[in-house]
Amino acid sequence: MHMADALVSPAVGGILWAVSGGLLAFCARDLRKTPRDNLVPLMGVLGAFVFAVQMINFTIPGTGSSGHLGGGLLLAILLGPNPAFLVLASILTVQAFFFADGGLLTLGCNLFNLGFFPAFVAYPLLYRPIAGTSPDPAQIWTASIIAAIAGLQLGAFGVVLETRLSGLSALPFQTFLLVMLPIHLAIGAVEGIATAAIVTFVIKARPTVFASSSEPGTLRPILPGLALAALLAGGAASWFASTHPDGLEWSLARITGNKEMIRPASEIHNQLAHLQERTAFLPDYGFRPAQHETTPAASETSAWPAVNAGTSLAGIVGGIVTLALAGIAGLALKAIPLRHKTAEQSRAGGEHP
Amino acid sequence: MTASWHDLARMEELGRMDTPIHRLDARAKAVVTLAFIGVVMSFPRLTLSALTPLLLYPVFLLSAGRIPARPILKKILVATPFALAVGLFNPLLDRQPVAAIGPVPVSGGWVSLLSILIRFLLTSGAALALVACTGMHRLGAGLERIGVPRIFVSQLLFLHRYLFVISDEAGTMRRAVEIRSGGNRTLRLRGFASLAGQLLIRSMDRADRVYRAMVARGFDGQIRIPRETAFGWRDAAFIAFSLAFFAAARLWNLAEILGRLCTETFP
Repeated sequence: MHMADALVSPAVGGILWAVSGGLLAFCARDLRKTPRDNLVPLMGVLGAFVFAVQMINFTIPGTGSSGHLGGGLLLAILLGPNPAFLVLASILTVQAFFFADGGLLTLGCNLFNLGFFPAFVAYPLLYRPIAGTSPDPAQIWTASIIAAIAGLQLGAFGVVLETRLSGLSALPFQTFLLVMLPIHLAIGAVEGIATAAIVTFVIKARPTVFASSSEPGTLRPILPGLALAALLAGGAASWFASTHPDGLEWSLARITGNKEMIRPASEIHNQLAHLQERTAFLPDYGFRPAQHETTPAASETSAWPAVNAGTSLAGIVGGIVTLALAGIAGLALKAIPLRHKTAEQSRAGGEHP
Repeated sequence: MTASWHDLARMEELGRMDTPIHRLDARAKAVVTLAFIGVVMSFPRLTLSALTPLLLYPVFLLSAGRIPARPILKKILVATPFALAVGLFNPLLDRQPVAAIGPVPVSGGWVSLLSILIRFLLTSGAALALVACTGMHRLGAGLERIGVPRIFVSQLLFLHRYLFVISDEAGTMRRAVEIRSGGNRTLRLRGFASLAGQLLIRSMDRADRVYRAMVARGFDGQIRIPRETAFGWRDAAFIAFSLAFFAAARLWNLAEILGRLCTETFP
């Protein structure tokens, strides 16, 4: 469910960074006003707990496979939405920094998919109304499973939408959705079961734990802002979607494909002509008509890698030489002794080229 | 999964080293790395060779920061299948030929999959390199000075600090289960609930002890994050050089220029 940087365009990543960053700032400001001084250590330790509990697996009844806890809903139940959102943000940051699990550009996307939906949608709109203030086990089970499934379905939908808008995966929207939603139905059910099992156990073993966490936390103060952000994001999304060469651009590319042949072979002219195309902020579809005969001179400045064998060769040779140079540069840098630092470290570094 | 906790401790160790790269201001490294990821992802879908010069940046961080490449590569390798599941279908879905290696046509799907792989190597390599040659506490202090909410940063540092402690506890519990169940790691739901619930209660108790220890040492509700580094000319130079290099690599296909030089000089 964690999206990697490699599949998201800067525009999509940037928009969701802005949205999630705004939510984060709001939650942080809201928490500054709380009288609960002990909240920060509690949040940090519970974040660590969510990591650690993933080491404990359980057998899913009826199947041979095992599952573990994601933790979004559990954190919301334990802490309330705003602190839970902050904890989820730090969990995702640590996962990206230390495990390459999710990226930095996609941090906003991941936080929105895995943090916003469980903390601000599934918990306040589903879990709390169903579970009520003093829930019995049956209510906890129902509420947890419904809320977890809903949260993960929304998150999975977010992943599909963001991937689609980024345009790097060729997967059709509907197919992707039809794969993601059923998978996350199962994952959501497991998440709900695990959450309910832990919550009912803790209520029985230590009833006071939940007494302090009834602070509801609400997004009401920033609802207008959120609505505006949603509108902007929607507008931007439709604009990006329309830049994909579905029909019009495709046929345009076909027509202008001929132009390449009569283009002057002047390097500078071509460079300038393609400058705008190259610096385009969005990865756009770059299909070229399958067979278009161009001379090496005409296409070697194309923004797309290699449409014919001649450019392919230059690209491949150049790529390999560059990689080799990067490797040599790395080795050379390591060989330079560190000034006024322990010799031991540089020796240790030199052993692993 | 157990191995990754050792990796985490290893990253912490690497982050405490003292090299010119480690001494650079955390803000400079964070901003440049983010810019790097943005630049990598702004290339068109079917870019291959133009991306390769950008490998210099993570390689530079890692080698000048004396970070061994193996643990970083291992992490990237472990994360690859999960990260790229979505891109794996590209070769099946996009069969439009876009290039040719000699007489063999190459479809857009393969080119874009390879492009995604290179992007993943670059972006996750840069992110891991950033942490490995900055260290979490310096990075946290840097983030706070950039303007990230303090409560989030202190929370991030708390999480990172207690990750080792709580996961040790979870590891102990799991070992106890394994010993009592003949090496079987997975539990029935009831067993899971009591184990995870116990771990939760222990964690919350620990949080309480931590809080009281903080109060005993004069905690007044404000967490202060030590600011170790100052922004100097080295940092400015690092930012300027890096951004100039990224811009050059974005505007011109450096690899192809080099390749053409090679193929034309030695035909």
